[in-house]
Amino acid sequence: MSVADDAGKAPAPGDETAPATPEARRYGVPATRSRDDEVLHPGRDQLAELVRTLRDDEGYAMCLDVTAVDYLAHPARPPLPPGIAPERFEVVVVLLSHVARRRLRLRVQVSEADPVVPSLFDVHPGTEALEREVFDMFGIRFDGHPDLTRILMPEDWIGHPLRKDYAVGKIPVQFKGVTNAR
Amino acid sequence: MSSRPSPGAADLLREMGSVLRLSEAEAAELQGDGQGDAGPPRSVDDETMIINMGPQHPSTHGVLRLMLELQGETVLRTKPIIGYLHTGMEKTGEDLTYLQGPTNVTRMDYAAPLFNELVFSMATEKLLGIDADIPPRAQWIRMLMTELNRISSHLLFMATNGMDIGAVSMMIYGWREREQVLRFLEKVTGLRMNHNYIRPGGVAADLPDGWREDVLALLKMIPPRLREYDILMTGQPIWRERLQGVGIMTAQEAIALGATGPVLRSTGVAWDLRRELPYLYYEQMDFDVVVGTYGDTFDRYAIRLDEIRESIRIVYQVLDRMPPGDYRIQDKKVTPPPRGRIDESMEALIHHFKIFTEGFKVPTGEVYVAVESPRGELGCYLVSDGSAKPYRMRIRGPSFVNLQTLPHMMRGGLIADAVAVISSVDPIMGEVDR
Repeated sequence: MSVADDAGKAPAPGDETAPATPEARRYGVPATRSRDDEVLHPGRDQLAELVRTLRDDEGYAMCLDVTAVDYLAHPARPPLPPGIAPERFEVVVVLLSHVARRRLRLRVQVSEADPVVPSLFDVHPGTEALEREVFDMFGIRFDGHPDLTRILMPEDWIGHPLRKDYAVGKIPVQFKGVTNAR
Repeated sequence: MSSRPSPGAADLLREMGSVLRLSEAEAAELQGDGQGDAGPPRSVDDETMIINMGPQHPSTHGVLRLMLELQGETVLRTKPIIGYLHTGMEKTGEDLTYLQGPTNVTRMDYAAPLFNELVFSMATEKLLGIDADIPPRAQWIRMLMTELNRISSHLLFMATNGMDIGAVSMMIYGWREREQVLRFLEKVTGLRMNHNYIRPGGVAADLPDGWREDVLALLKMIPPRLREYDILMTGQPIWRERLQGVGIMTAQEAIALGATGPVLRSTGVAWDLRRELPYLYYEQMDFDVVVGTYGDTFDRYAIRLDEIRESIRIVYQVLDRMPPGDYRIQDKKVTPPPRGRIDESMEALIHHFKIFTEGFKVPTGEVYVAVESPRGELGCYLVSDGSAKPYRMRIRGPSFVNLQTLPHMMRGGLIADAVAVISSVDPIMGEVDR
């Protein structure tokens, strides 16, 4: 993957309502701006290699956050660049460069039928707990993770709570003397 | 200063890494049926022993549980087991309006609640596109309150850290000073903790009469007390012996593990968001970023002690420069009408009612905002679908990520030092489990 050749074509700062131009690419993957943040849209198979290149050559030495969004109920979602097909899940990775004093966000589309993403553990060991949390909450599996088990929910829990088809739980409140308990 | 002796080459060869990756079921199998008296825990290969520490343990800061693999008194591998305080706050956040959001997030890091409110409000404002229009007085009040909150949070660390190490009287002293700070926070916000004070658009109320004198009294009270801490702890040979060289971590390890805050700065990396990626008015503030040298438990203690002093410097500057003006944005969409208008205007009443029942709609988009909390980078990732409630609200808790450094810092140390290491990370379980 070439990295530096298209670095000059970074999209201009602006609001994301402006349509993403097809040539808006950075580090070899489509790029957009979201409220002045720089966002890359690598494919699932590009992710691990891209993060490694960013760490080794571009100074993005720290992985701050790995999380996910379930776009089941909001298929329109924040705009994607042309050529990126929307899927139900999106894994969001936030990287930090201490040298450039800049954060970089990666949005990776993950299909419902095959919710597997390559693990970033080999590049950033600090993603271990974060990926476990995404697995726990969304059921997205990370290929190559050393210990992909539930982290916040009990080990024998069924379901993935932050999915949009997982209802918010309610415990009925019992009041003394009230007949119509809700 | 010398580090503790390593457990020996044979053990290092046999062990792979410092993280114990063993499920609870497997651990229970090792130790019998887990019901009643299972006898002494059996070991993996008759040389090591797996023991359980927490979740009910006075030095595990809430409900942190550790599964430790021991050889004699030496810790080999560790697995932090969390989730005992998980209440699905991110899921709850999707069910609350942006105006109700701070009441939810403030309960995450309960030792530094104002930071949670701040990062959530800043993310909402960025989505709304009003982040540049927040009145200066609101921003300065936010700085004043969060810096005081940083002081109270670090004072709490001083108290619990002292107790964990064995300076039990420190528990009382740290709590005493923290209570003074909380008293001021209560005067301003109405509550000692879980303030719901910083809200999208500004803050909930202006500073009360006499706030300046109260803050000045606090700033006068704390430095002499810090000198008492120095006498009680920093300079004490027992204290230093107990902490120096314990739980060492290098800068490379800290960065690879995603550690932020005092844990990262103790390794010598001068990374403080207030300085490096300034928010509010921190670029105008004169303060030092405190860093350590050895990355040991003592450095993490000393950094927090000095950060209290730096926060006091910042608060003095805020006092000098607090501008007059509005404490919240006069944007009718975000801010309810003043209380007085409600009595005389039907429209104001309707407006007030609609803002508090329906909330305000936020344009679609996604945004990540971070602030420097007392524990490190506190991030908020918000996705809006154009409705009045966040579509996804993610809080990146620094304690959650920092906890991963525990196995690496404890490896090869004594089990007695494990307590010192846990304490030095200063995890707040409300934020870890959310």
